[in-house]
Amino acid sequence: MAQIGYSKKVMEHFMNPRNVGVIENPDGYGKVGNPVCGDLMEIFITVKEDRVDDIKFRTFGCGSAIAVSSMVTEMAKGKTLNEAMKITRKDVADELDGLPPQKMHCSNLGADALHAAIKNYWVKIGKIKPEEAKPEEGEEGESCET
Amino acid sequence: MCGINLDYQSASPVDPRAAEFAERYLSGDFGNPSALHSRGLAAKAALEEARAKVAELINAENPETIVFTSGVTEANNLAIRGAVQRNAAKGKKLLASQIEHISVLNPMKDLKKGGFDLNLVPVDAMGSIDLAALESLLSKETVLTSVMYANSEIGTIQPIKEVSDLVHERGQFLHVDASAAAGKIPIDVQKDGIDLLTLSSNDLYGPQGAGALYVKSGVRIQPVLFGGGQERGYRPGTENLYALAGFGEAARLAKLEKAEERVRLQAIRDALIKEILKIEESYLTGHPTQRLPHHASFRFSRIEGESILLTMDAMFNIQVSTGSACSSRTLEPSHVLLAIGLRHEQAHGSMIMTLGRQSNPGQIPFIAHAAKKTVERLRALSPL
Repeated sequence: MAQIGYSKKVMEHFMNPRNVGVIENPDGYGKVGNPVCGDLMEIFITVKEDRVDDIKFRTFGCGSAIAVSSMVTEMAKGKTLNEAMKITRKDVADELDGLPPQKMHCSNLGADALHAAIKNYWVKIGKIKPEEAKPEEGEEGESCET
Repeated sequence: MCGINLDYQSASPVDPRAAEFAERYLSGDFGNPSALHSRGLAAKAALEEARAKVAELINAENPETIVFTSGVTEANNLAIRGAVQRNAAKGKKLLASQIEHISVLNPMKDLKKGGFDLNLVPVDAMGSIDLAALESLLSKETVLTSVMYANSEIGTIQPIKEVSDLVHERGQFLHVDASAAAGKIPIDVQKDGIDLLTLSSNDLYGPQGAGALYVKSGVRIQPVLFGGGQERGYRPGTENLYALAGFGEAARLAKLEKAEERVRLQAIRDALIKEILKIEESYLTGHPTQRLPHHASFRFSRIEGESILLTMDAMFNIQVSTGSACSSRTLEPSHVLLAIGLRHEQAHGSMIMTLGRQSNPGQIPFIAHAAKKTVERLRALSPL
């Protein structure tokens, strides 16, 4: 039988999102999506010994957008930055026991926001050049076309 | 399922009296209205009784004007394709308001492929059709104009008499989708001057899977489906007797009771609107007074409608609807909300509440509390 609506895990994260909020003076900050398209996510991180020490998010968007943000923060916390950079959109969706097909792209920006925050940190410490932190697909300013 | 249903327009419970009335046609008095034996004749009598009841609801000149269909989508397709193809010799232009249901807009868009021109008549910020624009867009070439009686997303009731006067001054046809309005407000096809009118059974508390197209006496359309000659050839196929009998009985009850129910729902609606608009940065969508009596629709800035729907459901067991893009199959924001001038990010924050028989004034404080908590919760999550 085809999956009806969101998985239990999506609803659980949507109703009880982890790591909501803002970090003042974060080590890294990433923002992706666009309110015009209906999804906007921001992620704040602090880094300790090359690991994601603390992580917070705020999201404007549908149920899956909020669940995805919550899940990605949970997945990234404690990981080394290189490990966290390897988390893909698909990994996040899989951890949530899947997303409805039409939500796979537009609302699944959590990994992009995380990567943007890490790159922002790497630029700050001089590990990469600003132009290397170029936006991934779906980042702010991109059109809503999916 | 318990909780508070505020999404009557997506599905209404069948009136128990209509269900009881119709049930006999499932296995007891079943029959094919086309058969000539006694069982068939009894079925035919039941079908004609249903037709007469539906005709009465809209004050149709005679029951033969009612063509039963499987629902609103089919009735709208039949009206548009049927009238346009039958009258294609008269011109190549089609008119519809910007906020028609997609089952009106999509057949019209499809006709464009066959060489017809489609013009959409704008509405104002409250969703009322721009009559001056309609007048300027009407031309000798216009084959059909389609304007809904009332909109299901924003509740706005259109000035149908004025629209029909403009169309008829030019000797042309008007189709009116009354699926959201029938049974809620009085409709008189003769006084309003309507040539083709779409009706929904479920919106009147009849069974799902039934609808009707009123085709004014003397107006000719072409069928969309071809087969046996049922429904005067306009809609062939063995009739869905159970659903149509229920539809008829629901229409009879709606005619009898709608005036009282209208006053009752309107009072609940007004109180609900007043309470919900106390939420910061909340706005009513649609017309404040020219509005369906059971309809309350809003938008909230900085949050998204699907999240509103899910939170209201999961946290408060209240079922609402939204015009947000994220909840639609196409991921496009509602064309209705864009037509009333909302920007995409505003249209995303939509919440629609439609009241019905089981709504009562005692629910208002809880609903208002739930809406407030939902908006606060989502705003706390929002970076905007």
